[in-house]
Amino acid sequence: MTSLPAKTEKKLGLVIDLDTCVGCQACVTNCKQWNTGGHMAPLTDLNAYAAEADGVWFNRVHTYEVTGSTACGASPARNSSSRTMHFPRSCLHCEKPDCVTVCPTGASYKRESDGIVLVNEDKCIGCKLCSWACPYGAREFDVFEGVMKKCTLCVDRIYNENLAEEDRVPACVLTCPTSARHFGDLGDPNSNVSKLVAARGGVDLMPEMGYAPTNKYLPPRARKDTAPAAMPAPELAPAPGGFLGWVDKLLSR
Amino acid sequence: MHPAFSVIFFTTASGAGYGLLTVAGVLAVLGLLPQNVWFALACSFTALALITAGLLSSTFHLGHPERAWRAFSQWRTSWLSREGVLALITYIPALGFAVAWAFPQTHVPLAALGALVAVFSMLTVFTTAMIYRSLKPIHAWHNKWVVPCYIVLSLMTGSVILLALSAGLGVTVKFLAAACGVLLAAGLTVKWLYWSFIDETAGPATPASATGLAATGPDVQVRSVEWPHTEANYVMKEMGFAIARKHAGRLRNIAIWLGFLVPAVLIETTILLPQLFSGLLAVPAAMVMAAGVVVERWLFFAEAKHAVTLYYGAQKA
Repeated sequence: MTSLPAKTEKKLGLVIDLDTCVGCQACVTNCKQWNTGGHMAPLTDLNAYAAEADGVWFNRVHTYEVTGSTACGASPARNSSSRTMHFPRSCLHCEKPDCVTVCPTGASYKRESDGIVLVNEDKCIGCKLCSWACPYGAREFDVFEGVMKKCTLCVDRIYNENLAEEDRVPACVLTCPTSARHFGDLGDPNSNVSKLVAARGGVDLMPEMGYAPTNKYLPPRARKDTAPAAMPAPELAPAPGGFLGWVDKLLSR
Repeated sequence: MHPAFSVIFFTTASGAGYGLLTVAGVLAVLGLLPQNVWFALACSFTALALITAGLLSSTFHLGHPERAWRAFSQWRTSWLSREGVLALITYIPALGFAVAWAFPQTHVPLAALGALVAVFSMLTVFTTAMIYRSLKPIHAWHNKWVVPCYIVLSLMTGSVILLALSAGLGVTVKFLAAACGVLLAAGLTVKWLYWSFIDETAGPATPASATGLAATGPDVQVRSVEWPHTEANYVMKEMGFAIARKHAGRLRNIAIWLGFLVPAVLIETTILLPQLFSGLLAVPAAMVMAAGVVVERWLFFAEAKHAVTLYYGAQKA
């Protein structure tokens, strides 16, 4: 049923740190690797090794130039007005996802237990309306399978008892080499992710759209302007005595 | 937004069919509908053929057309589902109206069915418009002009086709040519207001809000320097369709002339001419209008910008 649950028991989601993301695409790659064999499998690729390659991906990393804000690290004192920011974009598992309510068949749904937004591929008619309703571009149509696909928050990993407990996190989180991605219950104010959001001033994407995203992004931290403008080389220490002093005298002649 | 031909054909053809039924229904209520079996059958057949062809066409762009029946299930939340349900229900008064109109000897109440078919037809067109009106990420659709445009253009195309059928069959429908003129003027007005609105306004999101950084400072600027992929993906092909400004301007002019002005001149000329010639003008008027409305509907999709393009370098959407 495409009616949204009034309240979900948990709000599972991701917290993505834009300060530490280096844009290495490891999360993109591991997402594709896991999910092409997982709940929404396969993530079809078309012309994968030719011109106009196309395919379904749940996670894509953009790169932006950010200017004009001290909060984001621009620093007039150091004559630098911009910084590069890598930005992973995936489903935000919104609390008010229009992608679910517009679905005419009930294929799209938001789980009452944990808030994950999923697609039942057997009910999807491939009308694409849900992808039109998502401002974040999180849903990608599989032209080969004729159904809509999207991030599952690795629902087939996080509850998977065949995996070691430390591996029961989304593939993108598990693989991130800079720990820029965090997974947890954002509905619990005492969870690690909620504390992180509170400490770092986590933000919503496009809050004006009114989708109330569950995933939060941590903006780049302000740069510290403590380094002096010029740093002269230190004076050489006076020559020591003894053997080294004798060598110093000899060479100084 | 990518202008899919199946959806353009669906919204224009079924819109005209529902408009035709509505205008005929209202004329029946007013007692102005001529009792002529061939005219009745031609109008009902044309309307139902346009509606049915449109509905079938709309299933062609589905990934799984064989599952289309599932789309009737989610009417509680989905405007697309509501449209499907109403489109199906409307067949009942439409068929009843056709029988009542063509075969008065059956004593089916014509005025009551005319009222019913008009109400359900307009509700169906309203739900079609609401599919677009409800999509927040698309500013060109999520605004107050979309519903009036769909309703007025449905009535306008329906009345012009009804006039063409009446002229072609040599049947006179009182006030219909004048009503067509009024509806063509109304159609051009709402479309003009719609175009002015989308030209002068933009959606609320910006590249800075799309990346969440708008919350960190008022002067943040975000510029796309590298895309995640080297080739266009589904999101860019479907939501990132871009039409050159030059072409949009020319196509709007084509839509204005073919869709509204030329049919209006042709139809109002028929008022001055003897009955014999009116068919020679009303039929081409309907054909020219059909071409113009298809251009108008193509622009409705092609000019609509989606908020996701903000992630790919658009400064506003």
